[in-house]
Amino acid sequence: MSPVLATTSLRKRFGGITATDDVSLDVAAHEVHALIGPNGAGKSTLIGQLAGTLRPDGGTILCNGLDVTHMPAHKRVAHGLARSYQITSTFRGLTVLDNLVLAVQATAGSSFRFWRPASAEASLYDRAREVAALVDLSAREDVLVDHLSHGEERQLEVGLALASRPRVLLLDEPMAGMGKEESARMLHLIERLRSSTTVLLVEHDMAAVFRLADRITVLVYGRVIASGKPDEIRRDREVREAYLGAAAS
Amino acid sequence: MLFLEQTLNALQLGLMLFLIAAGLTLVFGIMDLVNLAHGSFYMLGAYVAATVAAKSGSFAAAFLVALAAAAGVGMLVEWLLLRRVYGRGHLSQVLVTFALILIANETVRWIWGANPIDMGVPRSLAGSVALAPGLSYSEYRLAIIVAGLALAAALFWMVNCTRLGIWIRAGASNRDMARALGVDTSRLFTLVFGLGAALSAFAGAMLGPILSVQVGMGEAIIILAFVVVVIGGIGSVRGALLGSIVVAAVDTYGRAFLPSALGAFLPLDIATHLGPGLSQVSIFVLMAAILFFRPRGLMPATG
Amino acid sequence: MKLGATWWFGIVAVVLLVLLPPIASFTQQEFYIGVATRVLAYAIAVSSLNLVLGHGGMLSLAQGSLLGAGAYTTAILTVEATKDVTFLPGATSAWITWPAAMLVGALLGLAIASISLRTRAIFFLMITLAFNQMLYYLFFSMKVYGGDDGLGMAARSDLLPGLALENDTVFFYVALALFAIFTFVQHRLVHSRFGRVLEGIRINEPRMQALGFDTYRYKLVCFAIGGAGSGLAGALLANKNLFVSPGLLDWLQSGTLLVMTILGGVGQLWGGLLGAAAYLVIEELLSAYTQRWQIGLGVALIAVTLYAPRGLGALFVPRRP
Repeated sequence: MSPVLATTSLRKRFGGITATDDVSLDVAAHEVHALIGPNGAGKSTLIGQLAGTLRPDGGTILCNGLDVTHMPAHKRVAHGLARSYQITSTFRGLTVLDNLVLAVQATAGSSFRFWRPASAEASLYDRAREVAALVDLSAREDVLVDHLSHGEERQLEVGLALASRPRVLLLDEPMAGMGKEESARMLHLIERLRSSTTVLLVEHDMAAVFRLADRITVLVYGRVIASGKPDEIRRDREVREAYLGAAAS
Repeated sequence: MLFLEQTLNALQLGLMLFLIAAGLTLVFGIMDLVNLAHGSFYMLGAYVAATVAAKSGSFAAAFLVALAAAAGVGMLVEWLLLRRVYGRGHLSQVLVTFALILIANETVRWIWGANPIDMGVPRSLAGSVALAPGLSYSEYRLAIIVAGLALAAALFWMVNCTRLGIWIRAGASNRDMARALGVDTSRLFTLVFGLGAALSAFAGAMLGPILSVQVGMGEAIIILAFVVVVIGGIGSVRGALLGSIVVAAVDTYGRAFLPSALGAFLPLDIATHLGPGLSQVSIFVLMAAILFFRPRGLMPATG
Repeated sequence: MKLGATWWFGIVAVVLLVLLPPIASFTQQEFYIGVATRVLAYAIAVSSLNLVLGHGGMLSLAQGSLLGAGAYTTAILTVEATKDVTFLPGATSAWITWPAAMLVGALLGLAIASISLRTRAIFFLMITLAFNQMLYYLFFSMKVYGGDDGLGMAARSDLLPGLALENDTVFFYVALALFAIFTFVQHRLVHSRFGRVLEGIRINEPRMQALGFDTYRYKLVCFAIGGAGSGLAGALLANKNLFVSPGLLDWLQSGTLLVMTILGGVGQLWGGLLGAAAYLVIEELLSAYTQRWQIGLGVALIAVTLYAPRGLGALFVPRRP
């Protein structure tokens, strides 16, 4: 079975620093694949290249077999790629539902429509409500984003990415800044996503990672030092030295 | 020899343009302030210098007073008003500085009247110099070039070799970091603004005898200054110099040679009328072309 | 359906405007019909800028040149129609020259935006300013169409047999009708899918791209629509004054349009009408008081920018929590 997302020898430099050093990884369909590594390992840089906000200096990225290496970010959505941000990036001043309607609009036909009020398009709103339910925000649909709690806003963050029915979902630290209860909720959310999509997850919360992930790739100084099933990673000596340290042994 | 003469003219215009653009790009780069009224200091410099020169007979005094007046007014305006629009977004800044243009133009009209005033070339520089056989160039224009080069050199020295210069460069490339590192940004801002105003005024005072000293002279030249900033890159003094030379060259050579070049295949009267307009247009075409290949300008200050 | 304040204002304003000419002739103040026509023409231009700035989030100093280009288009076509030997096919019918003005405005807007939008946002303003001046110099150097002296139009455009625009009252009603149509179109635009996308781009452009929107194209279309509106306003002004000159394209005109926009309220539906009216009222009031009225205008502008940035139109819309 060919991977839904694969990179081959991906490279990215910023001046003198090699942020992505010959990275080859693949993500299989319907798996939850976690990307871990110490701070500065280049995880966000890698996500940026996968999503299309950063241009790689070399190597290729294949999404469902299609070469998307130099494709602009907005075009990748139509090919099944979606991302959520580590630092929440929603639409302030709009309600949760209006946020999701915007996201739904992107893949629900052309938005070069100038006459009919968008509020009259029931199909947009129905789909937006579906997504709201998926991320447990049904009760907060009509609340302005500015009034959401941090955890709720992170849920919306994932919801915005889900609206396009992506085949690959890039989640950049979805649990960032969350307390225990909120993290548990997010964890359940991601578990539920497995059946409908594929997830590439960047996370620092190790407990969550080991619980969720089917496979884990470890990134250190921009290079992949290990990739495999959670048990293998837990036992890998190089990983323990570089990252997990005494806490995990 | 015509070419050499035009090259000197281009150099003269370029250096003066650089003085104006340098202030503009620094203010933009360091304070993120769009200042449409920058040309008003240029106008103020010309008017004050013309008046003081006429009253006192001394050009040196005229210059000093003009520079002091511009720097003073500039720092006052920055301190009283412009501070309030930092971080308010470009719309507010555009509106406030546009209002300043209206106020400045009307005030000048009030004090000096609506007609252009005369500013004579200082007698000591009224003659011409024979630079080469067949090429006689105005002493005053040479003086402009010399003064411009001297001031440009002084500016580069200040920006690259003094502590103030380090603060300026730090502020231009990363404002928040500069503040975090202890640079007193409010005083720096006021100083930089005053400096930019003084440089503009200097250019205005120097060009006064050659160009017309009239209300609205600032607006005409500020566009060119903006083009220079876009071409050169924001916050970059080096970029401003490069941009100024390029723009001045296109403008000067265009005006001088385009009509005759057009005259080769257009009727003469159309060519003479189209010429100057087209040379202006070509500056903007050049700007568009440069942006196409280098969207951040030729020598941006950041990164 | 409960009508909000915006609707009520609109109804009242339109009714008052419809009643203006009969009241004016009754009170022997026909002069004000001409003033109101000018306000309506500028209102269309300011509404166009509102679309570009308030909804598209693009701060542009090029609208003046687009208005001027529209005005020149109408004037040139009209002049060409009366010549024996023509360079361009001419026309005196409003049904040709006015849409032509809108088309020219839209195309120039498209051209300007296609380059300006490709660079960093900070440059956008300066580039629109530069393009504005480029167009100014272009028209300035066209001696064949008057150059610096400007170009006169022999007569106003033909609209319909029996409906002569020469009659100021007729012209006023035509302008009012166009303004009303434009405002209605603007209202539909803002609430359509397109309007939602513009709003999203204005709030968070990178996120819109991540969602799958080609934001460049949306902004481009928005700018072109704004250009068309400005062109129409130009056609009206050319007809009103029977004269166009390069001064219409000076960047200070673009600045004035921006001033009107903030006076009326950025992004407000009636901001165009309120802003144009407010500006012209201030101009009239202050200039009657002193010759130095521009100083007063400048001070008023600073005050509004600092203390009432949401403009007059915001009086009708409650502040968002």
